[in-house]
Amino acid sequence: MSSTTADLQHGHGHDPNAPESDPHFQHHFTTMEQQFDTSKIGMWLFLVTEVLTFGGLFAGFGLLQGKYPQEFIEAHEHLQRLAGAGNTVVLLFSSFTMVMAVLSAKSNQKEKTVRYLWMTVACALIFMCVKAYEYHHKFEEGLLPGLWYSHEGDLIKGSHGYASFFSFYFMMTGLHGLHVVIGAIMLSWLAIRANRGEFSSNYYTPIDLVGLFWHLVDLIWIYLFPLYYLIK
Amino acid sequence: MEHTLTTGAPAGHHPHSEKNYLNETTGIWSWMTTVDHKRIGLMYLVAVLTAFTIGGIFALLVRLALLNPQHTLFGKQWVTAEMYNRFFTLHGVVMVFLFIIPSIPGALANFVLPLMLGARDVAFPRLNLMSFYLWVIGAVMGITSMIVGAIDTGWTFYTPYSTAADGTVNLMVMAAFVLGFSSILTGLNFIATVHKLRAPGMGFFDMPLFIWAIYSTAIIQILATPVLAITLVLLAIERSFKIGIFDPAIGGDPVLFQHFFWFYSHPAVYIMILPGMAIISELIPTFCRKTIFGYRAIAYASVSLALVSFIVWGHHMFVSGQSQLASIVFSALTFLVAIPSGVKVFNWLTTMYKGNITFETPMIYALAFLFLFGIGGLTGIFFATLATDVHLTDTYFVVAHFHYVMMGSTAIAFFGGLHYWWPKMTGKMFNETWGRIGAFLVFIGFNVTFGSQFIMGAQGMPRRYFNYLDQYANIHMVSTVGSWILGLAFLIMAINLLASLKTGAKAPKNPWGGTTLEWETDSPPIMHNFHDQPVLEHEPYDYRHRTS
Repeated sequence: MSSTTADLQHGHGHDPNAPESDPHFQHHFTTMEQQFDTSKIGMWLFLVTEVLTFGGLFAGFGLLQGKYPQEFIEAHEHLQRLAGAGNTVVLLFSSFTMVMAVLSAKSNQKEKTVRYLWMTVACALIFMCVKAYEYHHKFEEGLLPGLWYSHEGDLIKGSHGYASFFSFYFMMTGLHGLHVVIGAIMLSWLAIRANRGEFSSNYYTPIDLVGLFWHLVDLIWIYLFPLYYLIK
Repeated sequence: MEHTLTTGAPAGHHPHSEKNYLNETTGIWSWMTTVDHKRIGLMYLVAVLTAFTIGGIFALLVRLALLNPQHTLFGKQWVTAEMYNRFFTLHGVVMVFLFIIPSIPGALANFVLPLMLGARDVAFPRLNLMSFYLWVIGAVMGITSMIVGAIDTGWTFYTPYSTAADGTVNLMVMAAFVLGFSSILTGLNFIATVHKLRAPGMGFFDMPLFIWAIYSTAIIQILATPVLAITLVLLAIERSFKIGIFDPAIGGDPVLFQHFFWFYSHPAVYIMILPGMAIISELIPTFCRKTIFGYRAIAYASVSLALVSFIVWGHHMFVSGQSQLASIVFSALTFLVAIPSGVKVFNWLTTMYKGNITFETPMIYALAFLFLFGIGGLTGIFFATLATDVHLTDTYFVVAHFHYVMMGSTAIAFFGGLHYWWPKMTGKMFNETWGRIGAFLVFIGFNVTFGSQFIMGAQGMPRRYFNYLDQYANIHMVSTVGSWILGLAFLIMAINLLASLKTGAKAPKNPWGGTTLEWETDSPPIMHNFHDQPVLEHEPYDYRHRTS
């Protein structure tokens, strides 16, 4: 809706809490608070579907690990633990900057909001660079999924287990990486909007929701890292 | 164009009723971009009925191919085994993914749920429109892949056949993936709506039972569908890049696919049946003019069916080679399903006891549901029992059983609901006599078609087979003739409903004497549903204050 009508109503009614005064208010709700809570429920439900999507992959990984225990232990030695650990720290730190962005938006601190959002984007980019370096190393060594697997010197000759390990490694870290990229795009868009002054303590729903999404992306990595890099 | 809508309207009709959601704005673009739940519901209705027609035609072709063991028509063989495989795949995929799953939630609940809650719209109107377009995209992808690629995997896409089969299986599974997201978004929208947009004064236990069952359905849609989505992606990846996940030849595990598939698809059975039960819980009290018996029991039964549905998937896999222990546990758990199902049926029957029952068209569908769901549910116990399951697996007994549940229960409840809310959706009354004839013929045709399949299944006729022994010739013919009765019945129903749009009488606000909030607004409702925010004053199904 045009902001002019909203401004007019605002000036007329002198009631800052009247939902009509906010250009973001949707008319099938009664209050801004109800609208915010509803959006939040929607986001949580979406996150549930995300958890179950990854859950399918975790279950598949577990089943094939049971089928090829020796191969999986051997294959995981090829992963670079230091790079994985570094990325874990980067993502944990990005969750902190994300929380700070939400808090800043909530308390009307525009400059801080923008700064923390860009810091979160920077963390996402660092994460993806490290991931690209790791992938490059796997490609060089022939540690690839399925039929492309061409690594030499494995202990159990001719087993499908190594290729299976890397199939799941690439699918799960790949899907997670896709989420990081999507998150970074959304965060950049939010940073631009925040810079235009679109958010305030009355309306910061998008930052809050993307924040929830970003924490989930972080959380999934917290599970992926030990599963692939640490557990023997 | 002169508006003469108010002529002949019953007393007490709202004075400014010329404008409603159908004519508030005009032009195709106003429909394509609408975020109004009623319009989206109506578009869904047209879409799923189109799918039902396509799937139905292929069902008739399947039955026609099996009319006699020589597969002849007027002395000439007209169908090959390959064509037959495609017919039943098309029938199964279209009916399951394009019709049954979206039918009641997408079309009817989309329309009715916000009205029943006294809300102006669903929580996320734009997401609702997106869900509809995802359905359209998925439908186009699916039908294209079946026409171009001639898929013959059946609707279950079992590996390793589906990973080795030619054809456009990738496009097909991606279509199912997109349709899955459409279903997820609908469920997500309904849960948020139920939590946050109830009318003032309406607690969870003041909601109509329709909402309870749709809410339970939405829980399953959210929890189960993502697993199907990832399974189908894995299948497509395996086919495209030869990565060993399900195919044992390249290091995969085919039983893993079955676990994944049924982890979704068993709960999906409840995505299909719960909305059917939702409608029956509305029809029975309305046409018995009696408060529903055991409101809380039915509400809890809906939720517990949703939860139990997640722990019984292994009963589809008794002959797949899963461990004996797993089979025994899944068998025992499966019997749990009978409890909430039984609770519902007995509560409906008890509601009817000493009720003031009238037999309008929707009620005939409701009674048909009770009868057919009884048979469908009880024959389900045959499959929960390990020994009989092994004997009956992959026979026509299975086909008959799930058609009694999917079609005899869900589809019949859907058509009951369609007749029930038709006046509300279109503002027109259909011809009651032809409505009853249609309903009665559906019931007869259905039982002839599928009742006979119980018999041939028990005698050992395997499902999906193109060729069969002469000893099954007669019973196959009976089943095929039944499919013609069924086809005729649906034709009568379609003509009757379509004719009502032209010649039907103007529908009053509350033609059936219902007690829920959707009957307190105009037929058809105005764009914003209610002239004033409704406030709940009595419990649902409270007929004590009604004099009629």
